[in-house]
Order: sequence, then C-alpha cells, then structure tokens
Amino acid sequence: MATADAAHHGEHHAHPTGILRWITTTNHKDIGTLYLLFSLSMFMVGGLMALIIRAELFQPGLQVVDPHFFNQMTTMHALVMIFGAVMPGFVGFANWMLPMMIGAPDMALPRLNNWSFWILPFAFTMLLSSLLTAGGGPASGWTLYAPLSIQGGMSVDMTIFAIHMMGVSSILGAINVIVTIFNMRAPGMTLLKMPLFVWTWLITAFLLIAVMPVLAGVVTMLLTDRHFDTAFFNPAGGGDPVMFQHIFWFFGHPEVYILILPAFGIISEIIPTFSRKPLFGYTTMVLATAGIAFLSFIVWAHHMFTVGMPLAGELFFMYSTMLIAVPTGVKVFNWVSTMWRGALTFETPMLFAIAVVFLFTIGGFSGLMLAITPADFQYHDTYFVVAHFHYVLFSGSIMAMMGGAYYWLPKWTGHMYDEKLGKTHFWLNTIFFNITFFPQHFLGLAGMPRRIPDYALQFTEFNVISSIGAFGLGLSQLLFVYVVIKCVRGGEKASDEVWEQPRGLEWTVPSPAPYHTFETPPRVA
Amino acid sequence: MSGAQGSYYLPNPSAWPIIGSIGLFTLLLGFMLFLNEGTAGPWLMIFGACVTAFMLIGWFGTVINESEGGLYNDHVGMSFRMSMLWFIFSEVMFFAAFFGALFYTRTLAVPWLADTDLLWPNYEGGWPTAGPKGPMPIDADTAVSNPATQFSTIGPWGIPVLNTLLLLSSSITVTIAHHALKQNARGRLILWLGLTVALGIVFLYFQAIEYHHAYTELGLTLGTGVYGGTFFMLTGFHGLHVTIGAIMLAVVWLRCIRGHFKPDNHFAFEASAWYWHFVDTVWVGLFVFVYVF
Repeated sequence: MATADAAHHGEHHAHPTGILRWITTTNHKDIGTLYLLFSLSMFMVGGLMALIIRAELFQPGLQVVDPHFFNQMTTMHALVMIFGAVMPGFVGFANWMLPMMIGAPDMALPRLNNWSFWILPFAFTMLLSSLLTAGGGPASGWTLYAPLSIQGGMSVDMTIFAIHMMGVSSILGAINVIVTIFNMRAPGMTLLKMPLFVWTWLITAFLLIAVMPVLAGVVTMLLTDRHFDTAFFNPAGGGDPVMFQHIFWFFGHPEVYILILPAFGIISEIIPTFSRKPLFGYTTMVLATAGIAFLSFIVWAHHMFTVGMPLAGELFFMYSTMLIAVPTGVKVFNWVSTMWRGALTFETPMLFAIAVVFLFTIGGFSGLMLAITPADFQYHDTYFVVAHFHYVLFSGSIMAMMGGAYYWLPKWTGHMYDEKLGKTHFWLNTIFFNITFFPQHFLGLAGMPRRIPDYALQFTEFNVISSIGAFGLGLSQLLFVYVVIKCVRGGEKASDEVWEQPRGLEWTVPSPAPYHTFETPPRVA
Repeated sequence: MSGAQGSYYLPNPSAWPIIGSIGLFTLLLGFMLFLNEGTAGPWLMIFGACVTAFMLIGWFGTVINESEGGLYNDHVGMSFRMSMLWFIFSEVMFFAAFFGALFYTRTLAVPWLADTDLLWPNYEGGWPTAGPKGPMPIDADTAVSNPATQFSTIGPWGIPVLNTLLLLSSSITVTIAHHALKQNARGRLILWLGLTVALGIVFLYFQAIEYHHAYTELGLTLGTGVYGGTFFMLTGFHGLHVTIGAIMLAVVWLRCIRGHFKPDNHFAFEASAWYWHFVDTVWVGLFVFVYVF
C-alpha cells in the first residue's frame, strides 16, 4: 500500500510545501485538519470572551468592563462560538471522516472544498476586527434583532458581510458533503449501510443549504434598511421589526440542529465501539434524525413566544416544539439500549459520549420546559435559557467533538493520546462545566435576565459559583490542547484498528491514515 | 493527483480558491467602507471585483481545459450535476426569504398595523402601501406630481407581461438549442442559444426602462416603504440572477462556437440551462405575486 502510494506520487506535479501546501491543498485530510485547527483557535477566542463576561459577573456592580463592551462580548462570544468553533469543527470531522467512512478517494469537489475553508479566516478577520472600529463591535446580541441592529455603527455592516462570507462557505461546504455522500460511496455501501455520522451529516448539509440562504436574505434586508432606505423592519414604512425575528429564526432553529446533529453522529459511532455491540435501532436513528430535521422547519417561533403572536400561533409552535422530544427521545433510548448489557469500557471518548447523553438530556428537558408557552413567559430571556442552550451546545456539540477528537486522533496522527491526561481533561471539563452552568438554571428561575453586566444582590452566590466554574472550565481546555499537541508529536504507536473491533471502513486503513485513501474503492459486503 | 483513465479526477493543489477569498474579502471590505464614508471604499470595491472576476475566469478556464482535455469521466460529471442542482436549491431558499417577507407584510404585518390605533390612528393599511408615514398609493402606471406624498405602482399588463413572454420564450429556445446539441446540429444549436441570450438581454433592457420609469415618473423607489422595498429587492435580485444566467449562457454559446461539448456530454450547457429555467420560474412567481396580485 505504502509503496504503491509512493509510486503513484511520482507522476504528480510538484506539490507545494510549507504554508503554500496548506493554502492550496485539495486533500480532504489537509482541509479537515485546517478546519479543526481553525475551530480550536476560535474556541479559544470565544472562550476568552466568555471569561470576560464571567469576570464581570463575578460580583454585582460594574468592575471589569463597561456595559457597552459587555454587550459586544456577549454578541461576539455567540457569533464566534457558533460560526467559528462549532460549525467549522464539525466540517473538519466531516472532511476527515466522510470519505474514509464511505470508501471514497476524497471529497467530490476538492477545489471547492479548499475554498469553503479559506473563506472562513477572511470572514472572521472581518468579524473580529469590528471590535477595533470606532464604537466597538456589534453589541445587539448575536441574533442582530432589528431595530437595535439598525441603529448600530459600522461594526454591524462588518458583521453582516462576515455572515455573508460564512454563508457562502457553509453552503459550498454542505453541497460538497451531500454530493460526496450521494455520489462517492464505494460499491456495496448502500444508504442504509452508511455509518450514522454520515447520515447525520447528510441531513445537516441539507439543513445548511436550506437555511443559510435565508440568513443571508435577512441580513441583506438589515443592510438595505440601514443604508438603502428600505423599510422591511420599520413600521413607519409598513414594515415590522417582528418580521426580522420570524425570518431570522426560520434560519435559527434549523441552525440549532445543524449544531447538534453531527454531534449525535459522533456519539453514535463512539458508543457502539466501547459497548462492543452494534448500534441499537440503526434505522430508527436515521428516521429520528430525519424527523428532527423536518420538525426544525416548523418550530421557529418558540423563540418568540413573548414578542406578540396570535394565540393559534403560540399553540402551534408550542405543540410542534414538544413533538421534537419524540425523535430525540428515540435517540437517547437507542444510545442507552446500545450500552445495555454491552461489554463497556470507559476510555476517554466513551466518557465524553456518556456525559453527552446524560447532560444533553438535561438540556433537552430544560428545552421542554421552555417550550411550554405560559411557562416561557417567565423564563424568556433569563439565565435559564442560557443554562439550557449551554447544556445542549457545550455538553452536546462541543463535548461530542472532544470525544470524537479523542476517538479519531489515533487514526489521524498514528499515536495514542495520553489516556491518563485525556481522562483528567474529561473530569475537569465535565465537573467545571456543571459548576458553571447548573447554577444558572436557578438564577434564571429566580428571574435574573441574560445579557446584563450587573445584577441584583440576591443573585450573587450563584454567579460567584458560576464564574469560578467558568475559569476552571476555560483553564481545563489548555490541558486538551496539550494532550492534542502531545499526541500529534508522538506517543504509543496506534494499530490500524486502534480500538477493539470497531466498525467502519476508517479502521481498515493504516494509522496514521495515508495521505490518499481508497483510491481504489473498497468493496463493502 | 492527475486522473488516471477511469478513476475519479482529483485536482492538484490550486491557488484559485485563495485568490477568490482575497477578492471576495476586498470587495466586501470596500463595500463596507463605501457605506460608512471611507474614501478607500470604492477603490477597494473595484479592486476586489477585478480579483473576483480574475478568479472566476481563471478557475472556470481551468475547469474547461480539464474537461476538454478528457480528464472528467461520468462519475465526475454526476458530481457536477448534483452540485448544480443543490446550488439552485440554495438560490431558491434565498428568494424564499424575500417572498416570505412579502407575504408576511401583506397578509399579517400591514393589517395588524392598520388595526392598531395607538401610533397611527388614521392608517388604513391595504396593498400596495408605503406605510403610515410613506407616500400614498394611486392608480397603477399613473405619473405622480409629488413623489413625497404619492407613488404609483407598475401595472402587470405593460412591460411585465411582455417580459414574462420574453423569459418564457427563452426557456423554450434554450430547450430547442439543447435538442439541437443532442442531435449534433451545431448550426441550430448556435442560433437558438444565441437567441436565448438575446432574449435575456432584451428582458434586462426592458427592466432597466421599467426601473427608470418607476424612479423618475411613478415616485416608486427602494425607499417607498415596504412596497418599494419588496418590489425592488425581489425584482432586483431576480434581475441580478438573469444577468448571471445570461453571462453563463453567453460563455456556453462562445464555447459552442469554438466546438466544445458533445451530444452526450455537455454539463456546462445543462447547468446553465437549469439555472435559466430557475430564473424563469422565479420570474413567474414574481409576476403573479408582485405585479398581478
């Protein structure tokens, strides 16, 4: 295999080396690595912003930053984490794993794949440099609600154009994923034989193509309202600021599933391996994913219960939202059933996977509480919402990615990571996560609003606990970076299978995976 | 890696994507500065647009050379076809956002605004409207004397219906050209495809006349409340897509003249034709919901 590869390379044009290799690469593994490194660096940037927020909230009163800068931090933290850390992170996993999982030589459109990535550093240069402009960065919250965002300075324009660029990147990337899955599968790899990570990404890519253009449309309306005299969101001209929220959340709710479905896919790969059993209810997993995707298009206004809607609308969006609990429940049931009577071992990826199942479920239940319209009138825009979406986004999406990183790092680097340090990272991460975010449930139920730099005295204790947890959580990620670097640089040699009889084509190629895999498609029985 | 016969073609490392990113970034940075009165704005925009155009020409040129060089097999062709269809789907969703805005304001927001007596007690709503503070609508196609207080809409049965016929005909001519290509009748192919591009250009010309009429005589501008906004954003983005589609078809036409494409293998032709049918379909939606009703 190795010699055949070397011989094949002889005929190639000279490949650029050094930085140019990474800028011009058309290789899915290179591009996957770029995405993952970009995601990790944005995770650190967004994390620093979170720590500024938590530092300010450590005590009541204003001590660290002024309120306007605080608002910029809450806005940027969300934008950076959603569009910079979580979405590119999953695309990184998709780039690395999809071709190997379906037995393809690469992504279907390798040059386009390169462009999808290389738009992102430019988009985030635009977004982050808005912090340096007069008046600072965007401060309207990541949802950019009109009319507040219409009144903002040039940083709002920079955010709009950055979103346009991220949208181009996401749409092109998603097209690549869908076409790869539909057109590049090895002979015998029928749709219902695909690993669940491939399935979840297929559906995620569909959601991306469906809703990123809608986001582009609504921020374009924002731009024309700001500069070209239109009145989409201005009642004096017959428009309606609430319409911004409707169109935004028509994007925003499927976006939530874009952020979580690939995580479900990663979990569905890890749990069977360390349970030494096939995934329980594979077909229902696929159907549940598709069901969640369908429902995601008809629930958006549950983000807007308090904004003023006809009663029929409130009821429709309440019941449709609660329906999502059914396919999600199917998934949790299947993960638990996969573990049931399995020969479980608890390596770091499995610890992360189990924690995700447990903690994501907590986030799911708080989501159900928020779905109940009359109750939401109390919870809306409180710290309860903040706690809810960090339980699904951090202990769902991000911890699933961490688990996935530990799971596939040996395949990527050819070395085992340091198991002891990995487990230490897991426990520090998970304990500090709960210290940070669990108290926020109580704060929210007690009435502390989100996105404020100061609060009433009775909220002090829980905020102190939350801030201490946040700094622990932030610092524990440095250990993650150390473990990754250590694993890249060396360590115990990983076998081709890495784990004990894992399922999937990626485990049939050497570790580290050669630069080109499956140039001749494998035959799948 | 270079594609061996029969295997899936994987391109070598390429500089076009990074050039495209620099172009896009510079273009948008320039636009942003232009909107915020930065003096460098227009120059950066021009520079960014040139870099982007350079990238498009270079990248597509590379693809055309690879295609004519026989590097693509049917498997690659299928990837291209699927990608184009999904790309068109993303465009459909982009227009859906603006149609959604139109439907939402017409059927919900404006009636609610009219029912609420708190801020503007005398506002009657209805459609077309420029809102309680905007100019009042008068009969379609009536020139207005004072655009600050009145505006008039464009009736469907003048230029718009003519444009509908033009675009529908162009969908037919492009199909005739496609059949000619499949029968390897190159003369007919070049004639009918050229006619398609011409129809597209005439459409754009009429739309320019219509816009001029609206701005100078009807008092209908982008700033004419929510009616003007939805009207110009929908028709404007559609016009932009007609322009893109016409450029695509023109490139394909030039390639036809040069003898590119085979009766059984002509992805660029198909993709441009699909795109053309897509802008045609969007126009029918526009004609019905923006002009007629």
